[in-house]
Amino acid sequence: MSSVFTLPQAAKEEILLKELSALVEHHRENCEPYERILAASGYQPATTVAGLPWLPVRLFKNLELKSIPDDQVYKVLTSSGTTGAEVSKIYLDKAAAGEQTRKLGATVQSVLGPKRLPMILVDTKAMLKDRKSFSARGAGVLGMSNFGRNHVWALDNEGHVDVQALRDFLEKYGDEPFLIFGFTYLVWLHLYEVARDNGLDLSNGILIHSGGWKKLVDQAVSPEEFRKRLAGVGLTKVHNYYGMIEQIGTIFLEGPTGGSLYCPDFADIVVRDPVTWEELPPGKPGLLEVISTLPTSYPGHVLLTEDLGVVHGIDDGDWPGKRFSVLGRLPRAEARGCSDTYREAA
Amino acid sequence: MSELQRLREAFRTSLDLPADAPVDDLRYQDNEKWDSLAHMSLVAAIEDEFSVMIDTDDVINMSSFTEAISILGKYGVDFNE
Repeated sequence: MSSVFTLPQAAKEEILLKELSALVEHHRENCEPYERILAASGYQPATTVAGLPWLPVRLFKNLELKSIPDDQVYKVLTSSGTTGAEVSKIYLDKAAAGEQTRKLGATVQSVLGPKRLPMILVDTKAMLKDRKSFSARGAGVLGMSNFGRNHVWALDNEGHVDVQALRDFLEKYGDEPFLIFGFTYLVWLHLYEVARDNGLDLSNGILIHSGGWKKLVDQAVSPEEFRKRLAGVGLTKVHNYYGMIEQIGTIFLEGPTGGSLYCPDFADIVVRDPVTWEELPPGKPGLLEVISTLPTSYPGHVLLTEDLGVVHGIDDGDWPGKRFSVLGRLPRAEARGCSDTYREAA
Repeated sequence: MSELQRLREAFRTSLDLPADAPVDDLRYQDNEKWDSLAHMSLVAAIEDEFSVMIDTDDVINMSSFTEAISILGKYGVDFNE
């Protein structure tokens, strides 16, 4: 099966440093606010991946950051932030839009293979009612639906589980590999519990899920517990992923044995001390920085997120490179300081 | 009906276009009816019509009517009768 999880860390950093340094120059030349931010923060060319200049992800809510002329804008992606009021704006030209779809495809095919599988969407079709403005959830579901066929929606228009539809699906396709996609919390509430209570056999399923653990942690369900309980209904092929609209097309995917997210060959992460911004070694939790070669039409190639994470190890897991976990969100007040600095500079 | 006619029909039906709408020059997202949701129906319609199963990469790359013809060629659908 062709995979995008192939490069050991040293080889990856050599390639990424070269490609990302070129991207930094590209964005400096084509995005004036980016150039000003870098100049104001005393930019020097990087000699390591961790030395590449980063932007706080929040900046995309405050500034119009793009490296393409207005007439080349093909798609504007928006995401509401945690506050709801602020919206990130991500500008794609045709090349960037095509590339992000292809790279997401290559990433997911690393665990699914090239064939589209029968697919259960753990969501409701009602969410797509307004075709002009999907929620981030709708966009996620639609993006993933490319990897499946003969889709069935697990929830009806009222958001109730359609047990009969699931039974019919499993009757037809349950004996061959099939794909399940949904947001973590919905999978827990509407698939795991329903499968358990109705004796549905999900043992040929491959689950891909995302969307944060907060609601589950509130119910005292840890990622380990989630995996263990799903295995109880036969679902052992489970891949969580982490990604954000500001780096669309790049997802960090959980390996087959669970417990760690891995970076595709065209992406990496760095964990930083939230006070000194120094890179932290494996085992030390800090702020997650996400790095990807995909953002060519906007300067989103090196982003400091507001999420806490920790590197568990390097070149010692299911796949090569860094393996890490996302631990949750940084308390709001702390994150604000850094973007204010940038706002002044910009 | 020729293979080409069948493909045109599949496009018109899944993109909700009038029966006589020209489709040969259609490109993904240039036409407002061909969005990501319609793309799913389109792929399903083409698979039904020609009894093929299209791989993920080809679904992603099927970005125009012309592209659909060349992709279907790989699955043995012959448009030059």
